[in-house]
Amino acid sequence: MALTKFNIWRTNSNGGQFQEYTTDITEGMVVLDAVHQIQAESANDLAVRWNCKAGKCGSCSAEINGHPKLMCMTRMADMPADKVISIQPMKAFPVIKDLVTDVSVNYRTKLKIKKFKPRKPDAADGTWRMAQSDIDRVQEFRKCIECFLCQDVCHVLREHDLHEQFMGPRHLVYTAALEMHPLDVEDRRGDIKTEGGIGFCNITKCCTNVCPEKITITDNAIIPLKERVADKFYDPLMKLFRMLRSS
Amino acid sequence: MEKFETYHHDVLVIGSGGAGLRAAIEASSAGVKVAVVCRSLLGKAHTVMAEGGVAAALANVDDRDNWKVHFADTMRGGQYLNNSRMAELHAKESPDRVRELEAWGAVFDRTDDGRILQRNFGGHKYPRLAHVGDRTGLEMIRTLQDHGIHQGMDIYQEYTIISLLKDGEKVVGAFGYDREKGLFKIFHAKAVIIATGGMGRIYKISSNSWDCTGGGISLAYHAGAELIDMEFVQFHPTGMVWPPSVRGLLITEGVRGEGGVLRNNKGRRFMFDDIPDNYKGQTSTDEEEGWRYTQGDKNAKRPPELLTRDHVARCITREIKEGRGSPHGGVFLDIAWIKEKLPNAAEHIKRKLPSMYHQFKELAGVDITKEPMEVGPTTHYIMGGVQVDADTQMTSTPGLFAAGECAAGLHGANRLGGNSLSDLLVFGKRAGEFAAKYAKETAEGKINGAEVEEIAARALAPFEREANKNGENPFQIQSTLQDMMQELVGIVRTDKELSEAIDRINGLKELADRAACGGNRGYNPGWHTAIELTHMLTVAEAIAVAARERKESRGGHFREDFPEKGDRFGELNICIKKGAEGKMEVKHIPKQKMPPDLQQIIEENK
Repeated sequence: MALTKFNIWRTNSNGGQFQEYTTDITEGMVVLDAVHQIQAESANDLAVRWNCKAGKCGSCSAEINGHPKLMCMTRMADMPADKVISIQPMKAFPVIKDLVTDVSVNYRTKLKIKKFKPRKPDAADGTWRMAQSDIDRVQEFRKCIECFLCQDVCHVLREHDLHEQFMGPRHLVYTAALEMHPLDVEDRRGDIKTEGGIGFCNITKCCTNVCPEKITITDNAIIPLKERVADKFYDPLMKLFRMLRSS
Repeated sequence: MEKFETYHHDVLVIGSGGAGLRAAIEASSAGVKVAVVCRSLLGKAHTVMAEGGVAAALANVDDRDNWKVHFADTMRGGQYLNNSRMAELHAKESPDRVRELEAWGAVFDRTDDGRILQRNFGGHKYPRLAHVGDRTGLEMIRTLQDHGIHQGMDIYQEYTIISLLKDGEKVVGAFGYDREKGLFKIFHAKAVIIATGGMGRIYKISSNSWDCTGGGISLAYHAGAELIDMEFVQFHPTGMVWPPSVRGLLITEGVRGEGGVLRNNKGRRFMFDDIPDNYKGQTSTDEEEGWRYTQGDKNAKRPPELLTRDHVARCITREIKEGRGSPHGGVFLDIAWIKEKLPNAAEHIKRKLPSMYHQFKELAGVDITKEPMEVGPTTHYIMGGVQVDADTQMTSTPGLFAAGECAAGLHGANRLGGNSLSDLLVFGKRAGEFAAKYAKETAEGKINGAEVEEIAARALAPFEREANKNGENPFQIQSTLQDMMQELVGIVRTDKELSEAIDRINGLKELADRAACGGNRGYNPGWHTAIELTHMLTVAEAIAVAARERKESRGGHFREDFPEKGDRFGELNICIKKGAEGKMEVKHIPKQKMPPDLQQIIEENK
């Protein structure tokens, strides 16, 4: 390949602006390689968060030509050759510097979700038995690398900034993994209805589309959770039963 | 000292990978006040990249397995330079540590009767690795993270420790900064646990994350702790070789455990050509038998692809060197061939090795269910590190503990796959337990304000050099070091090259003293790299010095000028310590004596 132009978001005292850089792209490079090369050659203080460069840690989330992606898993060969490539930080989170955002809200949100609570062990040696078929779904959710791209693209968080009212797709997936865990005996349905704000989600599936782990967030996690919430709080028979029981 | 924000804790854990989190959980549950310093965000540490599994003799798949066999396998794999007490504790305690993860929410793959499934791995006699597809590390770190955050520990994300602080001989805290603002912080602690992982980033071709710079090993060294076995670096046989930007990225040994085979460009399974004597009894010489082993036939012996990593890496290097390599300078690793044996082979591969499928498809445009991968050795792990007491994980410096990859002893001259995840659980727990105990018995030490001021001034010097326009680019120094280590301190070593490496490291130290960075202190990678160079150069020097000292070939250390094992070196560990003048000192220490009962276990399992 050849010299390629990039527009990279740089913060400054007035907020920030795109700055143009040019670097030589060789075969097989990903966007993160290009950013590193620019950093080493001409912008030593360009801030970018990254760890594994293998799509496993979920640190290098950004918006590349407007699309939320992991920089380490986006190949330069898949970028349009004739256009300047734009790289900017995730929009749904406050910017710390350049491409690095403050994602701490996600850690605070997770802390509010009730932790895993297993049933009593099945065997005398303190172990449990679970069939593989019963954990396939939970294992799908546990593939999540916490890149927060789903939070970034969710319009409730991105456009309306409702981080305090709506836990967002990542934490619904996390809750689903706990709720559907064959050993777990906790009940989180009330929490996701009220504090979690599951009702805000109107299943546009934007989160599913950006997930680098290809977790079917909406269909497999959020919709079943909505159904569980509905069963608990809106089922007329159950409502009657609860009224009778409490009276 | 009022000018620096100061925190007080009983136990300070530096590092938030598997070992650090496990230590923090244990210390918190002992009722002391715990801080965890994460260099990156919580849950992003290099442990997430572990793929194949965690080794524990649960005997769920083969009931002949037990801790004694695991112990003997670990010692054989380490060429008997391991600390046998650590290997004993590790083999005995890892099953409980794995079961405990399940109680905390981990969801391992299952056997048909619903227990934790275990898979074959190099050097393990029986299927022993509990796993979740090929993303076991992610499962472990998430389980520890999600359990740990409810234990009441204070978590400092994106903080970097620059130096440990001492009061006399004792470690009493640490000094560092937060990346976001670049402000200095003082951590007072009665006990400090180093759990900073490995150092792969000092090599050009590495499977490691950016933060694997050997930082903790260097912190401990500069605080006076002894290092051992630094010459033993593990080059994992199967890293990606193409395209160049992903060179070194790991391909799990699980590929071979599931039946993948290594071939040269003549199509030959070259691993059959060189089976070491001490593994002849347990290695198959028949391709068909090897396949049956991977499919769970208890009467079959394992295929030579599953010999220990040091040996497989050397065989691959030989094939490449002698002109039998693949187009991009590797050899072929083929899992697609199993379609001759299994119906729905493509689906089977995607299910067992999902990340590998994904990784090759996305990054190299290769479909591993249809075509072979090109693979070559990659810097993966350091067996050496900070010397610790086997039971308590305390280093030779009072108040300082170490656990996980940055600690040494368990793996000897070569680590078996799967033994690192169990290592960090077993010894992370022990470090947490004994650091908490030590903290309870110890009063808070005094921190020397003048010393802290001096460290801070040194850390800020790169900005002044930039302003005076007389500095060096820190990224350039780092990349020169990586190229040099790859070339001179790699898989095959000689006295001449190691001496040259030491000279060049000394030259790079001078350059690093002139590293400069622009911009301000907030989230500044140039500044971070400039500070990091001290650690990287210290660890690089320790590796080169120890490697020059060990004039034999054993495990991960291969000397072309001394290609055989030497009897004398089989009885000693190489120890490195910072001398009074600040110069690196090297000495031989006799290896720890093995008690007769453990000796007997080894004899019985020969």
